[in-house]
Amino acid sequence: MALLEIRDVVMRLGETPVLNHLTMEFWAGHVHALVGPNGAGKSTLANTIMGLFGYTAFEGDIVYDGESLKGVPVDERARRGITLAWQEPARFQGLPVHKYIRAGAKDPSDDRVDQALLKVGLDPRTYRDRACDRTLSGGERKRVEIAALLAMEPRVVLMDEPDSGIDIQAINHIFDAIQFFKQNGATVILITHSLPVLQQAEHAFLLCNGRLRDKGPISKIENYFAENCIMCATPNEPEKRQGAWQ
Amino acid sequence: MTLVDQNDIDAIWQSIGMAEHKHEDDVVKITVSGNRVLGAHLLPGVEVDADEKPDGVAVNFRILDEAFIAKPIQLCFGVMPETGMQHIELNLNIGENSRASVVAHCTFPNAVDVVHRMDAVINVGRGACYSYFERHVHGPAGGVTVVPKAKIHLGADARFKTEFELIKGRVGVMDIDYEAECEAGSVIELIARIIGAGDDRVKINETAHLRGERSRAFLQSYLALKHDAFAEVYNTVTAHADGAKGHVDCKEIVQGRAVARAVPIVDVRHPGAHVTHEAAIGSVDSKQLQTLLARGLDEEAATDLIIEGMLG
Repeated sequence: MALLEIRDVVMRLGETPVLNHLTMEFWAGHVHALVGPNGAGKSTLANTIMGLFGYTAFEGDIVYDGESLKGVPVDERARRGITLAWQEPARFQGLPVHKYIRAGAKDPSDDRVDQALLKVGLDPRTYRDRACDRTLSGGERKRVEIAALLAMEPRVVLMDEPDSGIDIQAINHIFDAIQFFKQNGATVILITHSLPVLQQAEHAFLLCNGRLRDKGPISKIENYFAENCIMCATPNEPEKRQGAWQ
Repeated sequence: MTLVDQNDIDAIWQSIGMAEHKHEDDVVKITVSGNRVLGAHLLPGVEVDADEKPDGVAVNFRILDEAFIAKPIQLCFGVMPETGMQHIELNLNIGENSRASVVAHCTFPNAVDVVHRMDAVINVGRGACYSYFERHVHGPAGGVTVVPKAKIHLGADARFKTEFELIKGRVGVMDIDYEAECEAGSVIELIARIIGAGDDRVKINETAHLRGERSRAFLQSYLALKHDAFAEVYNTVTAHADGAKGHVDCKEIVQGRAVARAVPIVDVRHPGAHVTHEAAIGSVDSKQLQTLLARGLDEEAATDLIIEGMLG
């Protein structure tokens, strides 16, 4: 059963629809991927689900656990179990990692914070008291972000390009975290341009120009990656190639 | 020196949450309440003369040449009643090649109308290394006027770092005025972290004159203001010698009807000197805020956490 439903959502920037009559379902305990070229609307959809500033005015509906999210502010959505990990996580000058993780943790104990760090391959003795700022590398900051999500124990996890800035050794920790969310019944939504990340998912949605172009099991959507992601010479302008999508 | 009740000493250390530390024998401690010196525990290398005056105390504080004071010297200045005046005249001499650090606690937990004024003359001798961390503990009502003024001289190759912190309780009125003269190879850091609320008024005026070659200065003021608080920050570095380097960094977060003004002044008078500045005033960073909202914190808690990190 779908935990999260996108029902005929249209969002416009000016006159231009950046999400164009999207209808999708995301299931509890499943990993989903959103793929498509830059500007397809993937991050916009994630931001709209999260209800971030500037992403609250749309047509259609977003239904979570049977209730509309229209008018529900971002912090309330988070308290109900939805969260988002940005592609480039924010840096917090002077804020220790343990306080950052604890801020949203379901169980704010020291043990839980340490467990979350260990799960993403960061030694708590080294990282607990480090500042969550520019002294962390991009990959370290990203792993701290995933640790914060693990401690939060969300029901819906939106992850925007979870592998960006992550080295080859650390990527398995990120993949483990994704599977951990799934095993604990969470709905995971990955935004990705990466085949290895896509392969973490079971279902994928292909977006282009704000529209849903295809959906299905990974084996189906993987084919687009084989053709440099999109089988289209005019990405984000598919109307110019009518028939290519038919 | 007036005879005092041990309970007075206990009360003042308790107000800063350090009651358990007052008995440590290997720590230099001086406790001043109002115009009374309640206690002074000294160690070799440290000398203190204190005179009680009608409205405060005059303190001559000396770290002897070559002295190495291992643990931070604990100073506690306080006014426990709701009203009062405390004027500290501080003459501080840090001996050549000595090393010491001071943690000064200024506590006015019950203040309704308290004035705390400090006029300090600080000489940091050649090659000495001295740091001074001043933490203010104010009550929720404000009610305190804090006027610390210091004239600082750094000898050749001396290092001096001062940090002023008021992040709990209300400021009231604060008027900081520090001016430093820096000889060759010396390094000064002047750092202030302040949270203002209600109708608090904060003025910071810090100046470093880099007179000597290779002297360096770092002036940093971080403030967070809300409600009707007002702050103005004037940070000045003048560079007069070859290789002198300075940086001024002012960051202020404003919320509600608060007003912040920052005036970094860079005055370079030698082609071999280099001084930079940055000043940023604005609301809490939107991405930081939304990140914490997406963890379930409400806007006030998220803002407080961001500010705590910035000022902590």
